[in-house]
Amino acid sequence: MIPAETSRPPVLSVRALHKRYRELVAVEELSFDVGRGEIVGLLGPNGAGKTTTINMVLGVLQPSAGQVLVDGIDVARRREQALARTNFAAVYAPLPGNLTVWQNLRYFGLIYGVRDLSARIDALLLQFALERFRDTRCGLLSSGEQTRVCLAKAMLNRPPLLLLDEPTASLDPATAQDIRQLIRRLAREEGGGILWTSHNMGEVEEVCDRVLLMSRGRLLLQGDPCTLPQEHGADSLEDLFIRVAREPLQFGGGR
Amino acid sequence: MKWRAVAGVVLRQVYLMRSSPTRVLPLFAWVAVDIVLWGFFTRWLNAAGPSGIDFVPQLLGAVLLWDFFGRVMQGVTTAFFEDLWSRNFLNVFATPLTISEYVSGLVVTSTAASMLGLAVMLLLASAGFGLSFFAYGILLLPFLLVLFLFGIALGIVASAIVLRYGPASEWLVWPLPAVLSPFAAVFYPLSTLPEWMQAISRLMPPSYVFEGMRAVVAGQGVSWPMLLGGLALALLQVFLAGWLFARVHRHAVNSGLLARYSAESVN
Repeated sequence: MIPAETSRPPVLSVRALHKRYRELVAVEELSFDVGRGEIVGLLGPNGAGKTTTINMVLGVLQPSAGQVLVDGIDVARRREQALARTNFAAVYAPLPGNLTVWQNLRYFGLIYGVRDLSARIDALLLQFALERFRDTRCGLLSSGEQTRVCLAKAMLNRPPLLLLDEPTASLDPATAQDIRQLIRRLAREEGGGILWTSHNMGEVEEVCDRVLLMSRGRLLLQGDPCTLPQEHGADSLEDLFIRVAREPLQFGGGR
Repeated sequence: MKWRAVAGVVLRQVYLMRSSPTRVLPLFAWVAVDIVLWGFFTRWLNAAGPSGIDFVPQLLGAVLLWDFFGRVMQGVTTAFFEDLWSRNFLNVFATPLTISEYVSGLVVTSTAASMLGLAVMLLLASAGFGLSFFAYGILLLPFLLVLFLFGIALGIVASAIVLRYGPASEWLVWPLPAVLSPFAAVFYPLSTLPEWMQAISRLMPPSYVFEGMRAVVAGQGVSWPMLLGGLALALLQVFLAGWLFARVHRHAVNSGLLARYSAESVN
């Protein structure tokens, strides 16, 4: 377990976040922090509000109320500065398939203002075993290879905050294992905070320092993924997840 | 304004062009076809009867200038559509890129692409059909500038429409130049139009250009206040178009449309 650095403000602070679409409340009174070097799992059944939360952190969705601070910077007020400290990879946001791996990394590297970009791209190609795909169009890659390119793009600007929405969903077990180790190492060495969503509870137990369990837009439980199930009388994290998904009222998930 | 970020947006288009002949060809092929078609038509008109009018600078010049405007507009919209077609909005708009940087990238791309089209048109029209741009003199530059600015403004407005109303609205924006052409008085004097159409024409900078062009060809002096008025109007419209795009983007972020763009509507 990697202890989160406490001397500086959290890399992500979400305060009383709320998103309403007319009658539908997608996220309600959500508050949590992600510390430096900490990997936090954001868990919940489909429709729990995980992606809505990530979209609000990324500034592509305006919260109805509440505040998101990245590295102490308010996303709503200083969007550019906050997003320069953030990056993300998500299965539903593949990079343009008509550009090669290298072209995509260069394109986004310029947008993120990455210094010494060519060297950074070469390092990432090596890190994610993408060298042989350097000049291959992303649309021609397998879904697992595309995921690795997305992760390389997500690391371009060495973001203090990294948002990963099911980053290993399309990877084979061996590659997924490699990616998990790589991301853990990056969090440890570069001190970035990571918000990680996944439906693979084994992976969450292996990777995350802390988990947040959401249902129906509300944060119901949070804690250490290894001890949280026992604290709530569940056999495993998966068992706890299923109970939260099926009986959210038991855990304070009203509405 | 971070110029490296703007360069990133432009570079993406360069990469696409470099690897795709189907993207390069439309930059000059359709305008070349237009010049050839209208070139022969004006040649026939000149030969058909002693009307005393030289149709080459009158008609072929008008076609060239109008096609230039159309290429500028399409340069902006096509660059924007590349993000639409590759479902790249989330990747682009979740970066530190500002709206002004993004739009500037589209404008720079369009400028480069339309200059290529213009060069091909100038070459074809002068070498193939004897259109001399000395006939317009130095006025060619303000003519092109006004049309360029109006093309940029309309391209940004068209992109805003697609951002607001979803991918299907792409089909609304392609015919925009054709819809506007009757009001722009490309081929006939403004006075030919009924009063209500003239009122709309006066809001369109190209009408000042084509009126000026006809005056020059007829050997009359161009009205500089009118041309400068057209330029000021075009500049104002570029500013308003940028404001509209930023406002539509804000709406897309507030409503959740940007995050769920493939749904086309959040209602």
